[in-house]
Amino acid sequence: MANGTLAVRDLSVSYGRAVQALHQVSLDVPAGSVTAVLGANGAGKTTLLRAISGTLPFHRGAVEAGTVHLGDRPLTGLSPAAVVKAGVVQVPEGRRVFGRLTVADNLRAGALGARSRKEIAASRERVLELFPVLAERAGQRAGLMSGGEQQMLAIGRALMARPAVLLLDEPTLGLAPLMAERIADTVREINMQGTSILLIEQNAALALELSSTAHVLEVGSVALHGPSPELAASDEIRRRYLGVTDEPEVVPEAHLRGPVLERWAG
Amino acid sequence: MSTFIELVVNGVASGSVYALIALGFVIIFKATEVVNFAHASLLLVGGYLTAVLHDDIGFLPALAAGIAGAAAIGALVELLVLRRANVENHAVLAIVTIGVDIVLTTELTRRIGTEVMSLGDPWQNEILTVGGVSIPHTRIAALVVAAVLITAFLLAFRYTSWGVAMRAAAEDGEAAALMGIRLSRVSLGAWAVAGGLAAVAALFLTVFPTPGLDRSTSFAAMKAFPAAILGGLDSTTGALVGGLIIGLTESLVTGYQGDLTFLGRGAGDVAPFLVMFAILLIRPAGLFGTRELTRV
Repeated sequence: MANGTLAVRDLSVSYGRAVQALHQVSLDVPAGSVTAVLGANGAGKTTLLRAISGTLPFHRGAVEAGTVHLGDRPLTGLSPAAVVKAGVVQVPEGRRVFGRLTVADNLRAGALGARSRKEIAASRERVLELFPVLAERAGQRAGLMSGGEQQMLAIGRALMARPAVLLLDEPTLGLAPLMAERIADTVREINMQGTSILLIEQNAALALELSSTAHVLEVGSVALHGPSPELAASDEIRRRYLGVTDEPEVVPEAHLRGPVLERWAG
Repeated sequence: MSTFIELVVNGVASGSVYALIALGFVIIFKATEVVNFAHASLLLVGGYLTAVLHDDIGFLPALAAGIAGAAAIGALVELLVLRRANVENHAVLAIVTIGVDIVLTTELTRRIGTEVMSLGDPWQNEILTVGGVSIPHTRIAALVVAAVLITAFLLAFRYTSWGVAMRAAAEDGEAAALMGIRLSRVSLGAWAVAGGLAAVAALFLTVFPTPGLDRSTSFAAMKAFPAAILGGLDSTTGALVGGLIIGLTESLVTGYQGDLTFLGRGAGDVAPFLVMFAILLIRPAGLFGTRELTRV
């Protein structure tokens, strides 16, 4: 299923031709990997996903420059439906399940971008195996489920289209720690089954634990990037995103033994 | 008593026709959030095509042509006008449909002129009498056809992929787009289906005891407007119940006009709107409409 790298190159996005939300952002999601994007509110994380999925027009935004490719297939300028067909599916922030539809119908809606009945049956089986609770609640309205269950449904719904790359926007936002841990486990599981994942998280500890590579967005630009374990060990990340404020004297030491992370312009 | 039964049957029959129109209204609103003021003229397109063609090709093919024509015009309006109007505000689009309505109605009334056109229906003015209750065949046909169409529509809405796409898009357009649902197709389909349903309604609005299709037919169609509103603009159930309420009100008030002389004449035409006002005072979102929910 995994075919090719999702490559974002020099992507610049603005809203209403006035607000510059992303400035020359480049990042790669290699096939079969989990890549994380960290950043504070307003750093442009969600905008990045909107640009990839083609939903910027819903927010009066537009790609000004740069490209997005899956393998050698360009995704820039495609409609959201065409991006789904190409194999890149997003689980939007805030879950956005269809609350008045039943769980089963939500999954059906997720499969509308897919091809054959056989594939749909196979995807449904896979999704229900990942999330048995969705089978138990099949006839229930999605809006009546708990936050964690809705997140499972949102991920399951996206998987119905058999994506090569899954874009996850803050999947653990507003969930209890135990539930967040469960979602993290499933993300791992989905990745092991061969789907590449671009993970956006404010929970930096979790994101760095899940991912192999991570990028830090600051005011619309990539400020830092590198292998996740190295970022997790770096002081700047620890201080700013992991909330570790102690051990001031370790700073020079860390510099000596840790790899030096290049700081991007901006 | 037999008068009462006649009035109720007639009311339910014309109510089911209003329900067909209101249903079209509601699906367009659900799919695109646009209040379609051009609906009456779509209905007139369907009726006109059937009226012009039935002499040459027979009633059923003419009706099919009317349905197809109204569906096509509906789809064209979506494709050529609404899709190109690059505005965020749906109220603006609603006003655009008023413009479309004026254009279509003007052209059709010019073509119809002062004629009263027959749609060539097979029921004519025959009347079925059961135990002192007389009911025109056209009313029975209206009831049966509307019931079949509405059932088929609701089943499709509930169980087909088209229905799932419609409901998903109606609930959250952006999330639906992220699932690969083509919103443009959903809205095109809604307009076409609404046009087709309106064409069927046109037939039953113009058959006996109405003299035929003339330029005032679109006014009759406007009575479905309070039906859609009082049911709740975004509810298919609401459209059905609303249609029945309007049909019954109109039929009963017209039938018992003699006892209501203090209201003056023509109360039957006004009553649907009075009922709508009364219901909206108590339930501003309509009987089955979604109240704007705010999460606390």
